[in-house]
Amino acid sequence: MNNPFSRRPDNMSADQYAFLKAHWRHHHIISLARLLLIVLFLGLWELAAGRQWIDVFFFSSPSGIVSYLYQMFLDHSFFLHTGITLLETVASFLLVTLLSLLAATLLWYANSLAEVLEPYLVVLNSLPKSALAPLLIVWLGTGTNTIIVAGISVAVFGSIISLYTGFSQSDPEMLKLIHTLGGSRLDALFKVILPGSVPLIISNMKVNIGLSLVGVIIGEFLAARRGLGYLIIYGSQVFS
Amino acid sequence: MQPILSLQGISYSYHNLKGETPALSDISFQVAHGEFLAIVGPSGCGKSTLLSIIAGLLTPESGSLSYRGKCLADCGTEDTVRIGYMLQRDHLFEWRTIYQNVTLGLELNHALTRENQDYVLKLLEDYDLYAFKDKKPSELSGGMRQRAALIRTMAIHPDLLLLDEPFSALDSQTRLNVSADIAQIIRNTNKTAVLITHDLSEAVTLADRVLVLSKRPASIKCEMPIQFSIDRRDPMAVRNTAEYQLYFNHLWEVLTNEQSVFQTA
Repeated sequence: MNNPFSRRPDNMSADQYAFLKAHWRHHHIISLARLLLIVLFLGLWELAAGRQWIDVFFFSSPSGIVSYLYQMFLDHSFFLHTGITLLETVASFLLVTLLSLLAATLLWYANSLAEVLEPYLVVLNSLPKSALAPLLIVWLGTGTNTIIVAGISVAVFGSIISLYTGFSQSDPEMLKLIHTLGGSRLDALFKVILPGSVPLIISNMKVNIGLSLVGVIIGEFLAARRGLGYLIIYGSQVFS
Repeated sequence: MQPILSLQGISYSYHNLKGETPALSDISFQVAHGEFLAIVGPSGCGKSTLLSIIAGLLTPESGSLSYRGKCLADCGTEDTVRIGYMLQRDHLFEWRTIYQNVTLGLELNHALTRENQDYVLKLLEDYDLYAFKDKKPSELSGGMRQRAALIRTMAIHPDLLLLDEPFSALDSQTRLNVSADIAQIIRNTNKTAVLITHDLSEAVTLADRVLVLSKRPASIKCEMPIQFSIDRRDPMAVRNTAEYQLYFNHLWEVLTNEQSVFQTA
């Protein structure tokens, strides 16, 4: 990157120039420190492995990891496993988003239903999903479906709860406004709740994609022949 | 002439598990067509509750409410009187442009006809907001936002305007001008309006008649017609008249003195 402020433009005051220069320098120092930190860490790790300070069998080494990755690139297994996991994660993420939006909308629309279901949602959300995985295998077999459902199961309940909470915290005055203008509760949903919750829905999606990945990896631990989760289990069993 | 709105012995209480809180007790009054009525009272006395009842958002526990002589129970409010409600805050939706905001009521009533759209555009022009019709609400000043909220209310052609402290969120200088503007608009279009406020000077400057409510549970303490010998368009000129001082002092006395001698209601 070239410093655009190597020379002061004619239309800029000296003080502004000094400020921009100081800002640029600070920016540089931070980036440099970040880079140094990772180089130092990898260098120390490599050094420790080379000098036998740590057991390479358990701790591996950066060069070992790179050469293993290179091999996986060569026999295309890297793309296969990463691609499968990516696909499953995206599928379960999309389904989580759709399902939780529908469910939260329904819960908001039917207050009493939400009151009835709330404790169950909390229980389902806090259930350890890895405990569910063997059941999923029994129900759905060991295919992609099971893994996608595992991904959904990790993210969907928390997502419903946070979306529903967000929906029901919308300003009651805004609902009153819709009412006074002659609108129904359905109008309130489409004119106020959903458009007003767009930031919430987006931040919710950010959380969901991470949780879907966790769920998919858990699913692959138990029920897959391909994917990153399978690789982790396989690797841990053969100590590669 | 038949009053556009008439209340007889309206009472209302709020209920929760700890017990009930009476909010309104035996409120009766009438509003004539084209009249500007202000209702003042101490804060928390149930003024907004009264407005919600008039708007049909709450059902009174006793007493009856009629629009143009017809009881609310006999027919829907839509058939008799169309009510426009202006809330304390403008609640313009940030995800809509000003134009989309002011046509919200028409959209909800499936009445976005060519004619109504032209009417809204004319209102935007009249209230100096035409240039801002494609802007987002956050780009407007407080006074402009409140005018936009008024257009949103006016767009559905209300016969009766209910104003729930619509100026209280504005700073005092803007408030003076905007309230005078809006009162003028309401007078010019010959609308009937009920204004709720805790600001005595606002009530005296704007209204044709002022009702004073007591502390909770609210009942009517006093009713006072307001008349000025000068044109009311200039809020400062009105405030400098002797009549203004007289009305203000009188209302102040009623409000602060619980054992009022002016118990005329």
